[in-house]
Amino acid sequence: MRTWVLIGACLLLMVTHVVWAIDSEPPFSDPILEYRYEHLLQVIRCLQCMDENIANSDAPLAADFRRQIHAMVAEGRSEQQIKQYMVNRYGDFVLYDPPLQTSTWLLWTGPFLLLGIAILVVILVVRRRARMDEEREI
Amino acid sequence: MRRRLFFILPMLVLLALMGFFWRGLYLNPTIVSSPLIGKPVPDFSLSRLHNPKATFDQNQLKGQISLVNVWATWCVACRDEQQTLLAFSQQKVVPIYGFDYKDDRQSALQWLAERGNPYAAVAFDPIGNVAINWGVYGAPETFLIDAHGIIRFKYIGPITPKVIRTDFLPRIQALRREGT
Amino acid sequence: MIPELGHLALIIALCLAAAQSFFGLGGAQRGNLIWMNAVRPAAVGQSFFVMLAFGALAYAFLTNDFSVAYVAANSNIALPWVYKFTAVWGAHEGSLLLWVFVLAIWTVAVAHFSRHLPQDFSSRVLGVLGIISIGFLLFMLTTSDPFGRLLPPAAQGADLNPILQDPGMAIHPPMLYMGYVGMSVAFAFAVAALLSGRMDVMWARWSRPWTLVAWLFLTCGITFGSWWSYYVLGWGGFWFWDPVENASFMPWLVATALVHSLAVTEKRGAFKSWTALLAIAAFSLSLLGTFLVRSGILISVHAFASDPRRGIFILAMLGVFVGVALFLYAWRAPTFSQRGGGFKIFSRETFLLLNNVFLVVAAAAVLLGTLYPLVLGALKIGQISVGPPYFDHIFVPLMLPFFVLIGIGPYVRWKHGSVTEVLSKLRIPAALALWAGVVMIVLLRAEVSFIATAGVLLAAWTIFSALQEPLQRLWQRLHHRHVSLPRSVFGMSIAHLGAGLMILGVTVNTMLGITIDRVMKPGSSVAVHGYQFTFQGVHAVSGPNYRAVQGAFAVTRAGKKVALIYPEKRQFRHDVTTTNAAIAAGPFRDLYVALGNPLGQDSWSVRIEYKPLVRFIWLGGLTMMLGGFIATLDKRYRQVRVPATVDVSAPPKDADTDLAKAPER
Repeated sequence: MRTWVLIGACLLLMVTHVVWAIDSEPPFSDPILEYRYEHLLQVIRCLQCMDENIANSDAPLAADFRRQIHAMVAEGRSEQQIKQYMVNRYGDFVLYDPPLQTSTWLLWTGPFLLLGIAILVVILVVRRRARMDEEREI
Repeated sequence: MRRRLFFILPMLVLLALMGFFWRGLYLNPTIVSSPLIGKPVPDFSLSRLHNPKATFDQNQLKGQISLVNVWATWCVACRDEQQTLLAFSQQKVVPIYGFDYKDDRQSALQWLAERGNPYAAVAFDPIGNVAINWGVYGAPETFLIDAHGIIRFKYIGPITPKVIRTDFLPRIQALRREGT
Repeated sequence: MIPELGHLALIIALCLAAAQSFFGLGGAQRGNLIWMNAVRPAAVGQSFFVMLAFGALAYAFLTNDFSVAYVAANSNIALPWVYKFTAVWGAHEGSLLLWVFVLAIWTVAVAHFSRHLPQDFSSRVLGVLGIISIGFLLFMLTTSDPFGRLLPPAAQGADLNPILQDPGMAIHPPMLYMGYVGMSVAFAFAVAALLSGRMDVMWARWSRPWTLVAWLFLTCGITFGSWWSYYVLGWGGFWFWDPVENASFMPWLVATALVHSLAVTEKRGAFKSWTALLAIAAFSLSLLGTFLVRSGILISVHAFASDPRRGIFILAMLGVFVGVALFLYAWRAPTFSQRGGGFKIFSRETFLLLNNVFLVVAAAAVLLGTLYPLVLGALKIGQISVGPPYFDHIFVPLMLPFFVLIGIGPYVRWKHGSVTEVLSKLRIPAALALWAGVVMIVLLRAEVSFIATAGVLLAAWTIFSALQEPLQRLWQRLHHRHVSLPRSVFGMSIAHLGAGLMILGVTVNTMLGITIDRVMKPGSSVAVHGYQFTFQGVHAVSGPNYRAVQGAFAVTRAGKKVALIYPEKRQFRHDVTTTNAAIAAGPFRDLYVALGNPLGQDSWSVRIEYKPLVRFIWLGGLTMMLGGFIATLDKRYRQVRVPATVDVSAPPKDADTDLAKAPER
């Protein structure tokens, strides 16, 4: 199913065949930094490829993002600071994990609001049916 | 009656969704608008393509309205917009600065020599670090910078004469009227 | 000549589809027997001509007819013949033809197996299917003709997109479409029932096997898609919550809810209008998926400006089909009798309602996450991305209670269940599940999170509770007691077992999987979870239509050889490259190696992954499918004729398919 997306990605006019990725940064010796780096790669979107995170993309832009993020993690910047750095330059679109704000409030709470309403409806229905059951028995 | 409303609900949901889809058909989700619009050009310093010893930085973009065009020799769409940019540069409306993105210096120089150089000067960013600061995510992209060095508009995709007419010239004139 | 015949066949099919729906809906409305008798021949004829058109396109591909623009764009002389055939559905026009082709298969099946239904009802069903055929045939003929000629003809054709040159292409799209389009049958049954105003128990019984078969195809299609994207598309992932993946997941969730809700409606005559709404929703979401994938509205694969008519056409089709169905629903459903009997709070009915709640809310959450960026964009509020982190956050809390319930529900009796009985029946699975959770914590100590433990515990709970009943009955049978296990019940147990296996695979793989990116030179090695991966260098290989760099990796464990694997980076024409990972598969773990980029001086960036229990994800999918298949074999669905005198509003009498019923001794 992803395939159909990728077909499209190939058609994008900005795709290039030149591979520049220089993923030769050494791994972090500190597991906390390594975890932070890996996690950031999962939540940051490669804008060039439309629907891949930068951990999974071999687009040149993703490699640039990885290099930049690697450098910032090595400087000791926090996850929040690095996310903010990316958002300042590319907007909220760059995060797969949309921040909780006015415009995304419904996105984050919607499923649970709906679940609450649905369970309320079930309670009402079940109680009515239970009454129907009693009436019939009488 | 209340019971009836309940059954009409799915249809209302459908109608609302259809409305959004209709609007959505006329939007292009690949174009990500930049949060840098209205903000000053980020501080940077790059070597110039034609003269590696000279630098190009944000101060060059102050004092007059200008365009910054992100391009590269590997970018197929840049080939398409090259002629348009050349013609536009000859009108001398505003200077066009080049931003050579993740490129090879030799092939870039050759490209400009062969196809013509529309740029007043070209900044050279071989690894794309500065490009991240500019929020660049591909080529071609074109920024409109006002006289105070503030980014006022960004166009993503190849420039065509129509784009110059409808997207750039009106904005440039508006900036001129503003007196910036 | 053949392509023109194919085009002509589509036009004839369109005319016959018009006849099919006119005679079907009109005949049933006026009670005109002659018209209704014409429906089946029209439907079969329509399907025949669609299949002919499909054959014509396949012929054009197999004979390298590059004068057909679509063939020239999606095939190549050097392409292996299998991929020439699968290239038929390799792009928009042909995959649309596949859609219509699959609809034709379903139409023929419905025409054949609906003979025992009342004639006005089967006519309406076929009439509705005819309308759907009209829509898609018109769409194809006006905006997406696969038979258009190219002048002058191309010499050897471009190529099928390299990513699609994979055996998965032969299975995944046809299965997925069988599932998507199969939902149109459940939809047609619901709309026919709404039209006739006779929404009764028989309707639920008739549409149940159809829904089940469509559901199992959809399950199959998604499972294969997940597997395919795991092994071929570069860095590997069985699920990325991509809009296109979500487009197939939403109908699946709703179809799963529908399968369960049909059970209540069939057995107890309750929740008819809700079940009808689910049937409409399942197909609507299939159509929505078609719209999202082909209009470029979300992922913008093809710039929409290239042909604005396509998106508008599907949107219009979506509006007409779903709009009319929901209008009928709003008009007719309130008039249905609300009879169907009451039930106690602790009863099978309540549990199935809760099942529906969780599945539908899950589907709504996927819909919300998928469409939210679009809605914000349309309102010009901002541009955001909604991806895996969001869906993981939302899904885990929704699924935890769901999987608690999935173990209990099947053991609760219809109408009024007994808590003590259920507790005594589920003692053993509950104990085993707790044991599994404790073992996990003891074995892995600090490495496990709360969610991982909960996931494993619930997976074990689901698996053991699903196995309990079949095993118990088997045990009794071995001791020469006569115990029956109806196929529908057995199928359900198997399907639930599959869900448990899948959850186990997803949880363990997500929580304990290891991914390592390294720069490697020939001779260097990396240790991952006790496995030693030694890079032996790369060499060039060539395929029928690509060149590739193949890496060689020796995997050893404690000095013993485990596997020798060869990941590739293939380069096709036009500089398109694909990353083909190499996998040393095992029942309990996969070792996964993908070549990244050459970094000069023989060194390469390499991704190495250890994926525990990843196979359980697809094993679970296949097991669910198998469960669905067993359930469709239930003898109730094979009864051929409904006696004219049967009181269709009464619940069926053969309530012996009740799992909660104590086995006869």
